[in-house]
Amino acid sequence: MIALSLKDLDISYGDTQITHKVSLDIAEGESFALVGESGSGKSTVLKAIAGLAPQWTGEIRVLGKARSHGVDRDFSRICQMVFQDPYGSLHPRKTVDATLGEALTIHGIGNRSARVEEVMGSVGLDRKFRFRFPHQLSGGQRQRVAIARALMLKPKILLLDEPTSALDVSVQAEILNLLKRLRREQNLTFLMVTHNLPVVSFLCDRLAVMRQGRIVEVADIDELKRGDLKESYSRELMQISAAHAT
Amino acid sequence: MRPLLEIENLRVTFPTARGDIDVVRGVSFTLGRERLGIVGESGSGKSMTGRSILKLVRAPGHVTADKLAFDGIDLSTRSEKQMRAIRGARISMVMQDPKFSLNPVMTIGEQIAEALLTHKRLPRREVNDRVHSMLESVRISDPERVARLYPHEVSGGMGQRVMIAMMLIPEPDLLIADEPTSALDVSVQAQVLDIIDELVRRKGMGLIFISHDLNLVSSYCDRILVMNTGEVVEECKAGELMKAAHPYTRGLIASIPRLDETRDELPVLDRSAWAKA
Amino acid sequence: MAMLRDWLIDDSPASPMQARLGRLYRIFGALMHNPLAVIGAIIIICLILAALFAPWLATHDPLRQALAERLLPPSAAHWLGTDELGRDIWSRVVYGARITLVIVALVAVLAAPAGLVIGVISGYFGGWVDRILMGITDIFLSLPKLILALAFVAALGPGIENAIIAIAITSWPGYARVARAETLTFKNSEFIAAVRLLGASSLRVNLGHVLPLCTSSMIIRVTLDMAGIILTAAGLGFIGLGAQPPLPEWGAMISRGRSFILDQWWVATMPGFAIILVSLGFCFFGDGLRDVLDPKSGEQR
Ligand SMILES: Nc1ncnc2c1ncn2[C@@H]1O[C@H](COP(=O)(O)OP(=O)(O)OP(=O)(O)O)[C@@H](O)[C@H]1O
Ligand SMILES: Nc1ncnc2c1ncn2[C@@H]1O[C@H](COP(=O)(O)OP(=O)(O)OP(=O)(O)O)[C@@H](O)[C@H]1O
Ligand SMILES: [Mg+2]
Ligand SMILES: [Mg+2]
Repeated sequence: MIALSLKDLDISYGDTQITHKVSLDIAEGESFALVGESGSGKSTVLKAIAGLAPQWTGEIRVLGKARSHGVDRDFSRICQMVFQDPYGSLHPRKTVDATLGEALTIHGIGNRSARVEEVMGSVGLDRKFRFRFPHQLSGGQRQRVAIARALMLKPKILLLDEPTSALDVSVQAEILNLLKRLRREQNLTFLMVTHNLPVVSFLCDRLAVMRQGRIVEVADIDELKRGDLKESYSRELMQISAAHAT
Repeated sequence: MRPLLEIENLRVTFPTARGDIDVVRGVSFTLGRERLGIVGESGSGKSMTGRSILKLVRAPGHVTADKLAFDGIDLSTRSEKQMRAIRGARISMVMQDPKFSLNPVMTIGEQIAEALLTHKRLPRREVNDRVHSMLESVRISDPERVARLYPHEVSGGMGQRVMIAMMLIPEPDLLIADEPTSALDVSVQAQVLDIIDELVRRKGMGLIFISHDLNLVSSYCDRILVMNTGEVVEECKAGELMKAAHPYTRGLIASIPRLDETRDELPVLDRSAWAKA
Repeated sequence: MAMLRDWLIDDSPASPMQARLGRLYRIFGALMHNPLAVIGAIIIICLILAALFAPWLATHDPLRQALAERLLPPSAAHWLGTDELGRDIWSRVVYGARITLVIVALVAVLAAPAGLVIGVISGYFGGWVDRILMGITDIFLSLPKLILALAFVAALGPGIENAIIAIAITSWPGYARVARAETLTFKNSEFIAAVRLLGASSLRVNLGHVLPLCTSSMIIRVTLDMAGIILTAAGLGFIGLGAQPPLPEWGAMISRGRSFILDQWWVATMPGFAIILVSLGFCFFGDGLRDVLDPKSGEQR
């Protein structure tokens, strides 16, 4: 079944059109990467799906159902987003417990304490962090909290906006391992924005390359590993990445 | 020739409820007109080292050093006022978090213009052109539109490029760049690094490049310091980073995914010590 | 004692309560390292104690007139002397603390939440809501506070209740501005986007997530404003539009002592001294609070 389908998606902010005819199909359980030029509209696509960029035309279908334009409560139980910056995405005056419990309060889900501990366990956060404030956590721990918050409502789809670019390589490895495990355990579908092709190679099944608001190429991960991308722009990205690695 | 920057036994201490903790513990290095990379895991004190050169460590943090000299000027004895003169003009720092360093209620264009005008007097008309050409120089394709946006309306990578553009305005003698390109795609990243590189070569600017990206640092810089828990554990030529000997550095290198990744799980550093904190 | 301290600074609190108390303890600890803040706190605590224990601290009945003892200089019997009706100035100053404290507290209770809510709504929703609310705010802000308060008291009639209402009406716009500015910096942040994505209503986002972020700057601002409020109240009292005789309000006391300022200086000076002391106390304390709660703005100064 198709988890997420975008058809001819044109997203605008005010008078400026950011994306042009973006179309994608992502299967359930798939991990899909969106890579490409800075400012090409990758985050904007995720925001439109989440409902944070409501000015779009075209079609967004999530698990077969057409998506409305704004943020809505039912949708939040299906699809959640993890932001890039672990320092900016946690409320500075709320403890980890309050941040995670908020989702349950909003949706009137009981058994709060048990659920918070369960999710903290699944993202590998020790119980002792439960009543800490964000400033008492390291970057990697904060990103775990952000992922835990997204998992509180047991969503099917996670939108990940550069989840590891602010983290050091070792913490990045931890988070990538964590995401891989979570996907396996909870049968999640990922749509992930990243600049890092090796990360794509580790975590994803397919990728789309964006430039200036358009998707220029969709490829399989094996093609990336073999160095077999077709468009010149994708090849350029790949070559620079490969050059660094040596 | 005199080195641009000499640091000996730099310490940064924070008093906490449980007693003082040293977050930088006796770092020493000298910097010529070259590109020095600093790598290390999160919390290892990279940013604090950078900030203490500019004396930007926030109270209650406390900086001491046996020697902290920039171009023959002893920075440790400079007053706040004298530091301010040095900061804008001779040493610039690109902070780690562009979203926090930019003023959220002023447009990008206004902020760049302000930075331009504090540096030198320009007629109003020219300011606009300069702002646009600066945005173009960091590969922002529609500068008119972007100049009118507020910081939350630009993409992560654009924010970083704006910060870099602003910090290069005074053409400083020393640039401290703290994770300046973590949100850029590799292609734009290469172009932006070229601009910085150009200043290093043409003007002899010194560069301290703080980054998590070991691959990038090893291909871009001349020399590398590896930091762990506030200390320099290894120093090497950039090209030799991948051959580093220290187990900590090896651990970091091992945890980088590769373009043709086949491992099912990436190795991570043993953080049992860190998890206790 | 040591155990309590360990419990408070525990890095891994076991309950929300402990986490919150720990935070307060750290703020408290930082304040204690700031000598001016400590002086300010002591002055404010003295004011509160004086207000609470006025009947015990006062040596005389503040309202009892004794014309035989009028305008006596400070002495063992009358520590700060007596006024033109023979009332003991020390006792009146001590009872005056109650009035001052009531004014300050009521203004804070009325004006700060009103300003906070208006500012947050204005900042969060933006657009025409913002334009209308900020338009009104600007009208209020463009007039000098004392003049505006005067106009309101003149319209409402003299008296201490009306003075409080008037001062509250003139103070909320400042708070609204602060709250709006604060809201603008936070409303586009990712943690607010994240709670919206969890399905939170606008009301919940504002009350539960934006508002708590404005409170610390609001507390700082209110504390710093206290001095101004006390002075305005005294000003109204001085002109005779505030507290009415025979209430021992400090401003009114100065006003009556004015005629004797050259020969019997203590009549006007003592309450004036009290006003200055308390205002300074609030300023010092507010400044200290700012350094602790809002380290960034402290750095820019
Ligand atoms: N709220 C907004 N108002 C106006 N324009 C916006 C807004 N948010 C984003 N944009 C514009 O949309 C374009 C795409 O931004 P987006 O954040 O999607 O880029 P991106 O592909 O994620 O880039 P990066 O890799 O640098 O994060 C940019 O030109 C940006 O200026
Ligand atoms: N105000 C403070 N009080 C106590 N400790 C602090 C304070 N600010 C920073 N630290 C500590 O200083 C240490 C070094 O921080 P620094 O920002 O230099 O790390 P970094 O190497 O730049 O990490 P990252 O890669 O995550 O940016 C960290 O362990 C941090 O917890
Ligand atoms: Mg982005
Ligand atoms: Mg840092």
